[in-house]
Amino acid sequence: MNTWVYIDNFKGEALPASWEAISAAKSLGGSVTALVFGSGVEALAKTAFEYGADEVLLADDASLADYRVEAFASTLSKLAAERAPDVILLPTTTRGRELAGMAAIDLKTGVLVDVVALELDGDKVVATRPIYAGKLLQKTVCNATPQIITLRGRVFPKPEAVAGRSGTLTKVEAAAGDVPTTVEGYAETEGGVSLTDAGVIVSGGRGVSNNPDLTPPDGMSDEEAEVWRAQQGFALVGDLAGVLGAAVGASRAAVDAGYIPYSHQVGQTGKVVSPDLYIAAGISGAIQHLAGMRNSKIIVAINKDPDAPIFKVARFGVVGDLFQIVPALTEAFKAKLGK
Amino acid sequence: MKIVVCVKQVPDSAATVVAENGQVSWGDAPLVINPWDEYAVEAALKTKEAHDGTVTVVSMGGENAKEALKHALAMGCNDAILISDPALEAVDTQGTAQVLAAAIKKIGEVDMAFFGRQAIDGDAGITPVQTARVLGWPALTLAATIDVEGDTVKVERSIEEGRQTVSAKLPAVFSLVKDYGEPRYPSFMGIRKASRAEIPVWSLADLGIEAPAAVVEWPQIINPPKKDVTCEIVEGGSPKEIAEALVDKILAEKVL
Ligand SMILES: Cc1cc2nc3c(=O)[nH]c(=O)nc-3n(C[C@H](O)[C@H](O)[C@H](O)COP(=O)(O)OP(=O)(O)OC[C@H]3O[C@@H](n4cnc5c(N)ncnc54)[C@H](O)[C@@H]3O)c2cc1C
Ligand SMILES: Nc1ncnc2c1ncn2[C@@H]1O[C@H](COP(=O)(O)O)[C@@H](O)[C@H]1O
Repeated sequence: MNTWVYIDNFKGEALPASWEAISAAKSLGGSVTALVFGSGVEALAKTAFEYGADEVLLADDASLADYRVEAFASTLSKLAAERAPDVILLPTTTRGRELAGMAAIDLKTGVLVDVVALELDGDKVVATRPIYAGKLLQKTVCNATPQIITLRGRVFPKPEAVAGRSGTLTKVEAAAGDVPTTVEGYAETEGGVSLTDAGVIVSGGRGVSNNPDLTPPDGMSDEEAEVWRAQQGFALVGDLAGVLGAAVGASRAAVDAGYIPYSHQVGQTGKVVSPDLYIAAGISGAIQHLAGMRNSKIIVAINKDPDAPIFKVARFGVVGDLFQIVPALTEAFKAKLGK
Repeated sequence: MKIVVCVKQVPDSAATVVAENGQVSWGDAPLVINPWDEYAVEAALKTKEAHDGTVTVVSMGGENAKEALKHALAMGCNDAILISDPALEAVDTQGTAQVLAAAIKKIGEVDMAFFGRQAIDGDAGITPVQTARVLGWPALTLAATIDVEGDTVKVERSIEEGRQTVSAKLPAVFSLVKDYGEPRYPSFMGIRKASRAEIPVWSLADLGIEAPAAVVEWPQIINPPKKDVTCEIVEGGSPKEIAEALVDKILAEKVL
């Protein structure tokens, strides 16, 4: 088995799920070739060796400076047509998904998207992927080569990096072609931990606006007052997240009500996450929310309604007022974690 | 401005979906227009309103996909086309892209093709880029804003790292995210008009293409293993006591 792994990077910084794909590739047996595309990204090749790649194909070229899917797909397709790998693995990031989709059209093959398990049947990879927001699992195969597969983040183990480990570095040409799009710029979102990479997530729902003890400043409309209340609630969620080094998530109800930007939404129409610890405060646990987080290792629910469906997926629950419990948790973690 | 928007009919997001004898079953849950595609329809209609033009809504599927088309008509699309052919039963995303691209070509002189970000049944999220690649058009996916000026379009894309602003020449393919803005509700007049609409059905022969080869197959669909979680309710005399007990339990799980 000759497996390629695409190292997804943004401005030279690799996304962690790329390294997980190297361990998935190793599980198939055979050699692992990492693909590093971009401009000024040679340092990533070294890291790829440390994480276990045997070979790196490096396309380091000014034409690949800004990620534009068309340019990257043409480069990937040309290389794959010439060198005929059996399998190409990519992380299921925005870029990974799109690159896989376009390259599959060029190479007249298929993509198995957002895969959570791989097994081998002869030289065919049988991939398991969640469908219907994880309500079902689909075992799927690709009948053409290369078999292109994108892997869900935080499912496959991150390999141990071995300092100084190296391999064969092969420099290849970019084949950007005529790229029809121009990147005009970026507006990066507020920093903080990315939801999909997070090991710990603290999420707030509609309940965070429900603190009757708060008196909003004078002159606010009811709607403004609700958002103001919610922001005080999310500040408590943020404090807890801060102590845990966690990302902040939210339910759709919280997003729709304007409490917090959409980029924080967890669920079927938000982000699908699988942290080791997911703390849900003031979230009822609607099926569309569960679709985004039910694969978290340990779920903790804080809700004042003992019948809230979130308790059905939770390992630990507190039936109580989040405005009392969340700050107390922050203090307790601070004390026990020595912060 | 000639606009096409592609929509899919899917089981409601709240449906209980199970595998029965290897087949997907959603019981008597309703089928609805894919929720992401409503954002695509909204973007198509807003663009049409700003730049004059027409919106044709296209769906590939069975007879029941007409309901998704009618929903889009009721929202304000001008006309609808159903692509239906027995040979398309087990089609994968690559095949869907070939078929939708052929339909867009047949409609002719299309400037913009809008898609949802993902279909909530198969959860693939790659049909838009694949269709763009087949057409040889730029793919402006995950668009949160769309600005057209002459034959140039500028979009803000919602990606992991924030907002990326990208420009391209039309024609182009777009997929939409929620940031674009809430889709409108069908109007009463729209619903009446849609209920009377005659929707033409195109077969593969009408599109002038062969059935696309199914490169991806799914020999097995299974119910996920049941996770046995029993929720342990943590109690105590005060929030502080509860919190301390809960922290001990979480730390004992060694997830931090
Ligand atoms: C097509 C579609 C897609 C959707 N996608 C998503 C998605 O991606 N993500 C998502 O989250 N939802 C999604 N939804 C919405 C989903 O159905 C629910 O409406 C939403 O998740 C509810 O959010 P919530 O739990 O915050 O609010 P609610 O259901 O209103 O729950 C609030 C909870 O807070 C509790 N509470 C109130 N005050 C307190 C307090 N002081 N202390 C403790 N607890 C308190 C209440 O008991 C209640 O359980 C989708 C819906 C549709 C139709
Ligand atoms: N059968 C179909 N008919 C029309 N449009 C479709 C179809 N399947 C997918 N699409 C479009 O492609 C988008 C992404 O679908 P998918 O790649 O299947 O997740 C959807 O939101 C639709 O806009």
